[in-house]
Amino acid sequence: GIPIRTTLDNSTTVQYAGLLQQLTMKARSTVRDIDPQNDLTFLRIRSKKHEIMVAPDKEYLLIVIQNPCE
Amino acid sequence: MSENLVSGKTSLKGPKTSAKKQKGENKAKESSKGKRTQLGKKDKIDLSMASIGHPEIFPLVFTTKTQEIFNCRVDEDVTEENCFKLIKKEDIIQDLKTRATISDFHPIKKVVLEYPGEELLVVFDAKFQYGQNFYFVASEEAKENLLKPPETAEEKEEEKEEENREETLEVHPYKPPVHKPWVSLGSEKEVEEESVKDTITKIKYMISRVRRKFGAPITFTDKNASHVKDSYVECTSYQDKTYSIKMLEKNVGIQMVPKLREASTQTKWTYPKNAATQYFPRQLSSEEKEESLSSEKLKEFLTSVHLRMEIALQQNEIMNAFFDDWKALAEDESSSGGKPDVYLKAYQSFTDLRHLKDRTISWVCWHPTIYGIIAVSAGERLSYEEQVNLSDKSLLQQSVILFWSFFDPIHPQLMLECPEDIYCFQFSPSDPNIIAGGCINGQVILWDISQHEEKLQNAKTVADGIEITAVNMPSLMQVQQSSTEPPLVRYCAVSSIQYSHEKPVTDIHWLPDYFEDNRMGATFENRAETCVQLVTCSPDGSVLFWDIPATKLPEQPSSEKVKEEETFYVPPDVPDTSKHPDVCWKPLIKVQSLNALEVPAKESPYTEMSIPSSKNLKVLENISTDFFVGTEDGEIVYSDWEMEIHSDSAKPVSQKHAQKYIIHTETINTLQRSPFFKDIILSVGGRNFAIWREGVTNGPILQSSCSAGRYTAGQWSLTRPGVFFIGRDDGNIDIWDILKKTHEPSHLQNISKSTITFISPWTASPNQHFLAVSDDLGVLHVWEICQPLSHPSSNEDANVLDYFEREVKYLKYCEQEFQEYQELQAKTELKWSWRHRGRKQV
Repeated sequence: GIPIRTTLDNSTTVQYAGLLQQLTMKARSTVRDIDPQNDLTFLRIRSKKHEIMVAPDKEYLLIVIQNPCE
Repeated sequence: MSENLVSGKTSLKGPKTSAKKQKGENKAKESSKGKRTQLGKKDKIDLSMASIGHPEIFPLVFTTKTQEIFNCRVDEDVTEENCFKLIKKEDIIQDLKTRATISDFHPIKKVVLEYPGEELLVVFDAKFQYGQNFYFVASEEAKENLLKPPETAEEKEEEKEEENREETLEVHPYKPPVHKPWVSLGSEKEVEEESVKDTITKIKYMISRVRRKFGAPITFTDKNASHVKDSYVECTSYQDKTYSIKMLEKNVGIQMVPKLREASTQTKWTYPKNAATQYFPRQLSSEEKEESLSSEKLKEFLTSVHLRMEIALQQNEIMNAFFDDWKALAEDESSSGGKPDVYLKAYQSFTDLRHLKDRTISWVCWHPTIYGIIAVSAGERLSYEEQVNLSDKSLLQQSVILFWSFFDPIHPQLMLECPEDIYCFQFSPSDPNIIAGGCINGQVILWDISQHEEKLQNAKTVADGIEITAVNMPSLMQVQQSSTEPPLVRYCAVSSIQYSHEKPVTDIHWLPDYFEDNRMGATFENRAETCVQLVTCSPDGSVLFWDIPATKLPEQPSSEKVKEEETFYVPPDVPDTSKHPDVCWKPLIKVQSLNALEVPAKESPYTEMSIPSSKNLKVLENISTDFFVGTEDGEIVYSDWEMEIHSDSAKPVSQKHAQKYIIHTETINTLQRSPFFKDIILSVGGRNFAIWREGVTNGPILQSSCSAGRYTAGQWSLTRPGVFFIGRDDGNIDIWDILKKTHEPSHLQNISKSTITFISPWTASPNQHFLAVSDDLGVLHVWEICQPLSHPSSNEDANVLDYFEREVKYLKYCEQEFQEYQELQAKTELKWSWRHRGRKQV
C-alpha cells in the first residue's frame, strides 16, 4: 500500500503500510474462503507493546497504532 | 619268390629285422606246432638265440677234444662250405655221461635229451654268425631246412624254409586239440581266496516257549534304573587327553576382493556471485497525494470506517486489554494473605568489648561490593552539652572504624585508625577501597584498604583458618597479632585543620562520578569516571567540596606486607595537594550558609547530559546543582552551589536562592532522597518527620504528627517505594508504609534497649535484605527484612507516585483555599474599616 497521509515518520509508515496491506488481504481472503458472503470489517492486532487496528475498504486502508493504557 | 627274396634279404641283413620276421614266423609256428619244444627252449634263456629270433639255434663252443670225438674238426671234417655235421643223439648222450660237465654239450643237455630225432645237426659257424664257432640246431625242421638246400644261397634256403614253413602252415591239416594236463598259472590261489568258507562250525540255538504263554496279558512295571545298583552303566564323557589337540596355529586364507563399481555424477558448478538489489518503496508524489486526499472516494471511506475505529478506540480506553489478570491475581494473594507477626528477623549482632566499650556507634555503612561486610564507626557517648564543648574532651581510647563480617561475629575483620572520633564516613562508589570519613574536629580523612580487600573477601575462610598460620619466625609475631587483633589501617590522607570545618563534620558524601567541580564552581565532565570529589557539611555553617589528593600510602608498621599502592587519579586542573599526610589538603569550594548546618543532602543531580567529548573537559550545563541541607535548628535549606561569575567584577558570586522550611523543632538527623523517586526527600528530626518534594515549595507533602518519643534515625527502604524506617530513642523501629496507613506506623519492632543511632538497609541478594541498626551501647544489630516488607507489590511504584501527586494537588488546593480565605479576610476587614471610618466620619 502507498501511504497517503501519516503522522509517523516515512520509513515506519511505509513499512507498516506494506506489511499490513498484505496481512489484510490474507485476512480478508481467509474470511471469504470460509463464507463467501462474509467480508472483513475490522482487524485488531494486540501485541506486547502496541495495539494495531486496521479498517479495510475496497481501495483504502486506515491504520491506527495505539499504546495500551496502563 | 620275390617275397622270399625280400624276406631272405631281410633275414640276412639285419639280425633285428630278420629277427622280427623270424619272430613272426616263430609265432606262427608256435600256434600251429607243438608248444612244448618252444616252451622248453624258452626255459633256457641265455643259450638259445631266441633273443635274436633263432630259438632253435644254440651257439656252442667245441673244444678240440670234442671235435675229435665227433669228427667235426675244423677245417678237416667241417669246412666253410660243408659246415653241416650230423651227430647222433646217442653219441652226444654218451659223451655227456662220460664227460659230464666238461662236455660241450652240457649246456644243452636237456635240449639234446628232448630232441625227437636221432641225429642232431651241428653247424660250423665260420663267420661266427651266432657268436661261437659251432652252433647246434635244436629242431628237426631247422635241420632239414639247413641241410637240404645248403649250397645255394642261404637266403633261398631260409626263404624256402620259411616258405615251406608257411606252406606247411597253410597246408597243415587240422588237428583237433589234444588234451593236455592243466597247468596251473596261479589262478587257483585267487579263487581259493575269494571263496567263502566257514571257519567255525555254526552254533544252532533253539528257543522254545510254553504255548499257553503266547498271547497272555502282559503287565509292565517301572523300575527306576538309578535305584538298582549296577542296573545301568554310565559312560560319562571325560576329557581324554589323547584326543585333545591344542590347535596352535591355523592357517586361514582370506581373500578379499573389492567390489569395483564405477559411478559418475555431474554437478552443476554454480559460481558464487554477489548480487544485490536495491529497492525503494513507491510513493506518491505530493500532487497525487493531494488529489487522492481530496477525492470523494476517500471521504466516503473515512465516513464508513470512522465509526468502527471509534468503537475500537473506546473499548481500549475503557479497559486495558493488555492486563494480565492471572498474574495480578497471584500477586494480590501473596501480599494480602495474612498478616505476619514479624517483619524483621534477627540475623546477627556484632559487638566488640575492647573497642566499643562505653562507646556509641555513630555511623554504619555497608561495603558496596563484598557480601557481608559492614563497617561501623564508634564515638564517645556524649550528652548534648558535652557535644557542644568538644574541644575540652580528651579522648582516652583510640577511636576506630571496625569492619565486621557476617561469618565472624566475634572478631572484627579490619580496623581503620582515626585520629579523632569519626562521626560519618562513606565508601567511594567507584572504588570501594577508598573510604572517606569526617572527624569530630572537622577534619576529613581518607583511608585506602586495597591491601586488605582480599582479606575481606575471604573473610569466611579467615575465621576458620586463622589458627592455621605460617610457622615462620619473623611473621609469628604478626600472626599472633592478627589472630587476636584485626589489622589496623592507617589513614592515608587527612585534611589540614586550618581549612577544615570548625565543628564536627556531620555528613559526607561522594559526588557522582560523571562530573566534577572546579574552583569556580562550574561543573565539568569527569573523564576518569571515578568518584573524586567529596562534599562535607558541618554545624559551622559551611558546605565544603573536596578533591581527592594524589597520595602514596606511608609505611604501615603493623601490616604484614608492604605493597606499592597505586596513586589515585588526579584531575588535571587540581594541584597536587599532598604527598604526606601532613601536607595540607584544602577544600575546593566553600559554600557558606547563614545558619549552622547539621546534616546535608544527598545531592544526586539528575542530568540531561550531553555526550561527553573525550578531548576537552566540557562544561556541563544541565546538571542540577541544587542540594538540600538540614540545620541544627530544624530548618531545611534548599539551595544551589553553582557560582555565577558576576559580570562586572569578574568575581565568583554564589547564587543564593535558598529556601528554608521550618517543620522540625529540633536538629534534623536525617535527610534522604528516596531511592525510587529522585525528587522525594525524607527528613527526620525531633519529634516528627516529613516528606518533601523538590520543586514543591509550599511545604512538605506529608508531615507526621508529633510522637511521644524522639525520632533519631530514618531511612527509606531500598526495595519498596512506599516504605521507610524510623528509629526512636526508646530502641524501637517504626516501619511506615505510606500505602497502608499515613497516620501511624504500620509496624513497630523493638530492637534494643537504648537509643537507635543509625539505620542502614542493604540488599545483599534478591532474597536477602538486611537492616543494620546501631544503638547507643555500641552494638550493631543486623536484621533480616522479611519478604512482605521487602518485595514490592504490583504497581506499588505507580501507586506511591499517585499518592504523592494527590498530596501535592491537595497542598495546592489548600494553599489556594488559604489565599482565597486571606483575600476574603482582607476584604471583610477593609469593609469593616470602611464602615468604621464611615461611622467616625458620621
